[in-house]
Amino acid sequence: MNCKKVILELSSYLDGVLDTSMRADLEQHLSGCTDCRIVVDTCRKTIQIFCNSEPVPLPEDVRGRLHSALLERFRRNSKTT
Amino acid sequence: MVPCQMSATGYRGQPPGAPWILSATEPKPLASAIVRDDEAALVSAAKGGDTGAFEELVNRYERKIFRLGMNITQNREDAEDVMQDAFMKSYQNLDRFQGDSRFYTWLVRIAVNEALMKLRKRRPNQVSLDEPIAGTDGEDSVFREIEDWGPSPEKKFAQTELNEILNSVIGELDPIFRVAFLLRDVEGLSTEETAQILGVSVAAVKSRLLRARLKLRQKLNKYFRRSEAQ
Repeated sequence: MNCKKVILELSSYLDGVLDTSMRADLEQHLSGCTDCRIVVDTCRKTIQIFCNSEPVPLPEDVRGRLHSALLERFRRNSKTT
Repeated sequence: MVPCQMSATGYRGQPPGAPWILSATEPKPLASAIVRDDEAALVSAAKGGDTGAFEELVNRYERKIFRLGMNITQNREDAEDVMQDAFMKSYQNLDRFQGDSRFYTWLVRIAVNEALMKLRKRRPNQVSLDEPIAGTDGEDSVFREIEDWGPSPEKKFAQTELNEILNSVIGELDPIFRVAFLLRDVEGLSTEETAQILGVSVAAVKSRLLRARLKLRQKLNKYFRRSEAQ
């Protein structure tokens, strides 16, 4: 396996969906290629950092307006049925 | 592996197959079947006119839909509109929901369409959902900047500063890549669900996801590389 092939298979490798023999080939390449090892490691960290980032809070006023609009909708619906 | 949920290479260190309570700020593992059955029961009750059941669905997903709207549009007012429109339209069209996908997937599809419409209105000449020409960047430029980041590069920054960096780099991605990354890696949807929502093939989602991940890695490199002054 060469560096270009590692990049093409990178997502499947990180997602754990690469088949066993391809995974073994890729890991063998990684053991001897520092550049690819860094790309794989930093790509994994990129995903981790986004996954672990603080959730965007839902502001109370925004939530309040959503629920008011829904209640209004429910009321209108019940009048027409 | 479903990113943000299960771990073969360990994003959050949870056991493989453990999904999360969808509305929780701090997610906790739940049995998938319980979540899905419960959702189907709520949808069925809402279809029968139980507004309390629909409100429960709203309570469950409002934070996630708002976050998705914020991440796609990068604008609070637009995200609020996206969230309201997504719930209103899903309520209005509930009878047309056949249950051949999860309700949440259907809701996300509506929200993504609303968010992309907002982007198109804001920047009509800049937002294209056409597949960009491959090879101009992404895979070909991976080996231009190779620097190790160290074990926990994000700890170099305070939480607020880190949030600003992440918002900024994701905002720089083309919407076509941004949405694929958000649905798969942040919302934790499967490749198949993402393809269904975007109306593209599984192969197209995989290609977009790879390019999104590589681009984000490259953009974060300037903040996280070891040689960057602290």
